[in-house]
Amino acid sequence: MNTLSDAFMQAGALLAGFDADLLQIVGLSLRVSLTAVAAACLVGFPIGAAVALFKFPGRGAVSLLLNTFMGLPPVVVGLLVYLMLSRSGPLGVLGLLFTPTAMIIAQALLVTPIVAALTRQIVADLWREYSEHMRSIDAGPGARLTTLIYDARFSLMTAALAGFGRAIAEVGAVMIVGGNIDHATRVMTTAIALETSKGNLAAALALGFVLLTIALAVNLVVQVSNSVATRKAALV
Amino acid sequence: MVKPIIAGLSLSLILAVGGVLPSQAQALTLASTTSTENSGLFGDILSHFTKDTGIAVRVVAVGTGAALNLGRQGDADVLLVHSRTDEDKFVADGYGPYRRDVMYNDFTIVGPKSDPAGIKGTHDAAAALAAIAKSGSTFVSRGDDSGTHKAERRLWAMTGINPSGGSGSWYKEAGAGMGATLNTTSGLNAYTLTDRGTWLSFQNRGNLEVVLEGSPPLFNPYGIIPVNPAKHPHVQFEAAEKLVNWLTGPLGQAAIAGFKVNGQQLFFPNARPQ
Amino acid sequence: MSSRDTILPLDVRRLVFEIDGTRLLHDIDLTLAAGKRTVILGPNGAGKSLLLRLSHGLLEPTSGEIVWRGAGTRARPNRQQAMVFQRPVMLRRSVLANLTHTMKVRGVPRNERHERALAALALAGLSRLAECPARAMSGGEQQRLALARAWTSEPQVLFLDEPTASLDPAASRSVETLIGGFHVAGTKIVMATHDLGQARRLADEVVFLHKGRLLEHTPADEFFDNPRTDEGRAFMAGELLW
Repeated sequence: MNTLSDAFMQAGALLAGFDADLLQIVGLSLRVSLTAVAAACLVGFPIGAAVALFKFPGRGAVSLLLNTFMGLPPVVVGLLVYLMLSRSGPLGVLGLLFTPTAMIIAQALLVTPIVAALTRQIVADLWREYSEHMRSIDAGPGARLTTLIYDARFSLMTAALAGFGRAIAEVGAVMIVGGNIDHATRVMTTAIALETSKGNLAAALALGFVLLTIALAVNLVVQVSNSVATRKAALV
Repeated sequence: MVKPIIAGLSLSLILAVGGVLPSQAQALTLASTTSTENSGLFGDILSHFTKDTGIAVRVVAVGTGAALNLGRQGDADVLLVHSRTDEDKFVADGYGPYRRDVMYNDFTIVGPKSDPAGIKGTHDAAAALAAIAKSGSTFVSRGDDSGTHKAERRLWAMTGINPSGGSGSWYKEAGAGMGATLNTTSGLNAYTLTDRGTWLSFQNRGNLEVVLEGSPPLFNPYGIIPVNPAKHPHVQFEAAEKLVNWLTGPLGQAAIAGFKVNGQQLFFPNARPQ
Repeated sequence: MSSRDTILPLDVRRLVFEIDGTRLLHDIDLTLAAGKRTVILGPNGAGKSLLLRLSHGLLEPTSGEIVWRGAGTRARPNRQQAMVFQRPVMLRRSVLANLTHTMKVRGVPRNERHERALAALALAGLSRLAECPARAMSGGEQQRLALARAWTSEPQVLFLDEPTASLDPAASRSVETLIGGFHVAGTKIVMATHDLGQARRLADEVVFLHKGRLLEHTPADEFFDNPRTDEGRAFMAGELLW
């Protein structure tokens, strides 16, 4: 498989050579996806925990929606955000179309349901353990929310990672709302799509390997810090 | 412990949004076609434009149909496309104040070296397509409302044959850009209509080669249209006109002529003096 | 403890508890007054845990009332009570953080929390473990932490549900010592246990349950030496298994 071995070598050369264009693309990919995941956690952790902890009318429906939206097709999200941000659309005055901010918005919308749904499950499981104690000390809703989210922090990191995996790997949303503009909104996945469409399959694969390496690096960082912290907290 | 995390996340959110807005001011958004972008033309000549005028250009490359749509919605400042009838309609509908010639290239028909339809070396594009249809050889269409796709449909109209009858069997509508369509054509060892620019820089040719070129209907002119500020007051009309004038002026025309791939000139400047 | 309106005596009136149609507590009438250490005895399934949880407010009665003095019927545990369970719930934080968490939830002013925590740790003999992860401690240490947590709330009533059932004798004794500390400070002790030796050591009065019914409520000596009911006698002889 010539293409495969060519790709390997190209990937190695790209990584070792710190090619400026590549660095910019990698930097933008990380910036967009990490910011999107951060926003998704900011919204998703409390929502997921609230659905797990509080009884309210329509709770079952919200849970169902969260689980369903975990599988939102990225291209659909991209299309919806595009229609919102287009100059002819409701939020057109913000002028956000074809900018990294639009990409962050689209990915945040994509990832929030994943984070929220996983948080809901994680917090529900932890609540089974904590419920009697928290009720015994008469903890109010706010205290329950913050205590559970904090104590579940390691599992929630995994939920955040799941969201990051989805974000860094998707191409449909960022292509539509970002436009794959050179030096502005080109990220790893859209660059791969472009090279593929130009027929430069080895280059596309090489970028693919680079993307995998980046994703691996991020996961490694989280895993290591998780295990260090877990050992410190002596959790089983 | 929670508070610093929340502060950090909020801060990164603000930075992400704030980091983008200032740069909105200067850059000109040019909506063009995937075939032009894939040829590498913009990467080459637009840097000259930016050096001369200080205006940065952001190229959004989609199909001609989509590019015209961006113009209609006000999401782009200026368009560079290749479908004369649609361009004229765009101006007639008031979305663009005028249209200027910029350059032309040509389409070719590429196909397998074995040439099952027997069209190699002939010079009539429409007749060649008819031969492909009659022989039932596989033909891959862009199928995406692009300039290339519209040109292909014009050729079919000249033959009097409607290829949709064979859609899914010998007529494959890819719904994709030129590069992706060429990938599919190469993978299926089929025929397709391609612009010369994309073909020259395409690396995954497999068994394909140029089988027909030089037929008059394959002439492919490009037009540039600034988006009408009367319809969309926010567009950067001044900067757009600067680009129009530069591309159709001596500097731009020379840059276009000077752009070569593998030693071959891809685009031929044909702007008329104002 | 501090001067507040007292919530004792606790009046349990015609308390009935059912789950899915099965009646688990039958018409319990009981008054618990301040001062005496009350031990709830009975074989497995007698309803000791249920009585504690209902009194504390963790469960809703099917019918009947739980009436605290000056507070009427309360649907939720109030701040003058604390409860220690057989297996304590340790938050995933340090020992000290477990204490400050409880105090924060209970509304203890921020500037008092650290001092109260240190005092509670000293009392429980856990001072050197203050920064350790709470979940890394032994069962006995965790239970002492649970008692220290309760201590920081300065409760008028302390409910305990078989607090030493999972502990070895040495750990059990240190827990009993702590319970004694609460008693000396004026907290009402209400404890369920099936350890007769422990009951003898700690009880001032005995509440004896069997199959969801309150059979005896007598001073401790009387119950241990001369139970009034057949079931009570059978229980003391070790013959009442459930």
